[in-house]
Amino acid sequence: MSQFPDSTLAEQNLQMSKKSVLELRNVNIFYSDNQAVNDVSFNIRRNKITAIIGPSGCGKSTLLRSLNRMNDFVDGARVEGELIFADENLYGSGVDAVEVRRRIGMVFQKPNPFPKSIYNNISWGPLINGYKDSTDELVERSLKQAALWEEVKDRLHESALNLSGGQQQRLCIARALAMEPEVLLMDEPCSALDPISTARIEDLLFELKSSYTIVIVTHNMQQAARISDYTAFMEMGDLIEFNVTKKIFTRPAMKRTEEYVTGRFG
Amino acid sequence: MPLTTEQESRNLLKRHRKARFFALFCAAITWSSVVLLAVLLYQVSIEGFRWLDWQFISSFPSRFPERAGIKSALVGTIWLISLVALISIPVGVSTALYLEEFAGKGKISKIIEVNIANLAGVPSIVYGILGLAIFVRFFALERSLISGALTMSLLILPVIIIASREAIKTVPQGIRNAAYSLGATKWQTTWAHVLPASFPGIMTGVILALSRAIGETAPLIMIGAMTFVAFLPEGPMDSFTAMPIQIYNWVSRPQEEFHQLAAAGIIVLLAVLLIMNATAIFIRNRTERRMK
Repeated sequence: MSQFPDSTLAEQNLQMSKKSVLELRNVNIFYSDNQAVNDVSFNIRRNKITAIIGPSGCGKSTLLRSLNRMNDFVDGARVEGELIFADENLYGSGVDAVEVRRRIGMVFQKPNPFPKSIYNNISWGPLINGYKDSTDELVERSLKQAALWEEVKDRLHESALNLSGGQQQRLCIARALAMEPEVLLMDEPCSALDPISTARIEDLLFELKSSYTIVIVTHNMQQAARISDYTAFMEMGDLIEFNVTKKIFTRPAMKRTEEYVTGRFG
Repeated sequence: MPLTTEQESRNLLKRHRKARFFALFCAAITWSSVVLLAVLLYQVSIEGFRWLDWQFISSFPSRFPERAGIKSALVGTIWLISLVALISIPVGVSTALYLEEFAGKGKISKIIEVNIANLAGVPSIVYGILGLAIFVRFFALERSLISGALTMSLLILPVIIIASREAIKTVPQGIRNAAYSLGATKWQTTWAHVLPASFPGIMTGVILALSRAIGETAPLIMIGAMTFVAFLPEGPMDSFTAMPIQIYNWVSRPQEEFHQLAAAGIIVLLAVLLIMNATAIFIRNRTERRMK
């Protein structure tokens, strides 16, 4: 037994937190005849941040978009293998892609607020999905979660396009959070932002971890090292290595990983 | 050391001169068409202005120029344009939405696309023949307002479809992605985001198309709009006349007074056109502002 009095609880927590939300099993992704992702398998753990890193064109964004079926809109895109979420294959025949996207939210590379008011940006998603309670509360809660409330609370009904780039991106995060997704996918969410806005979003991700599972694709290795718990390193569509972030950045098992994270290529 | 050598500065001077010449050239072209239009308008107003009074607007056509008016043609045109808008906007925008958002990007779409572009260039009289054969004869709608409106709608549909498609294309993919990622269906995404975002562009196309429809004569003559109408149409099945036809009719009479009446008719036609476009532009700008 452990020396800690509440060991069983701690162990339970560990068990819980280790539990996977999303399991990728032999995932292959094709664009027409080109294979973009080759036989990738790993698990995404609950309430952790999983980073996917790798050089440009390695298939990391493609893989991310397959996690909430955003690839469905790309002509000729095809996903094989299994993505297990809530005991079901996301690409199974009985699964509705709309329902998948409702439960697995996404934040994109370029901030893409709707050309509507800040308030409507947040409330639209829940409303079309049948949300019946007061949206005032929901808007406030979501904006607070995204650390944007203080900056915009006096101009909720102004256009979202008047916000700065960093604020727009946090609005997009708030918009995704309003749906209370089980998993939040982020496709290089800071690549279009300045360092200060980037730092704010990184702080935010740290706070969100307690209630959400986050998968983030990033070009920035320092960012991956700073914020993530697990890291997947991809190259040419292959998953080279998947491990605890600390391991990947200090004692990687593969030589390619070491070369990449130490900046010798890519 | 000077900033530029003599050789370079001479070269630069030449380039600047070229740029100035080009700007001047463009300005000259622009102003020549503006002047031409102004002369035309001046001519028309000089001729028609003294006939333009309430009596002219509120009277039916007559054999006597001093008693003749444009009432039936004006009401006919308003009827016609309203019906054309009612038919062509929903059909045109739906087609554009289908082609852009729902149909695949396969061969058939490509064929439809090329065909629509070609249809935009077909002479209006051909649409008149088509309208006569299909609406007037085959569907037995007679020489009615609805026949005219349907024919006119066919004529302007390609313009509305092409303009709407271009407007829909300019909606950033990011907006669609954002909506989809919130669990929206294709319909919800299209209705709540794509359509409003492309609305200003669609309106521009609609304005252009309806402006063309309001001045078209040939298809209406072809389907047999009447030239002498001493009553007002009360429904879409009534026979009618329209302003361009009334003007055409007056111009082709030998008496000088009728030519002046035609000029007055043109002024009224232009006024209606201006009011229509101003309203549309006002609506468009208001939505554009709301989006910003």
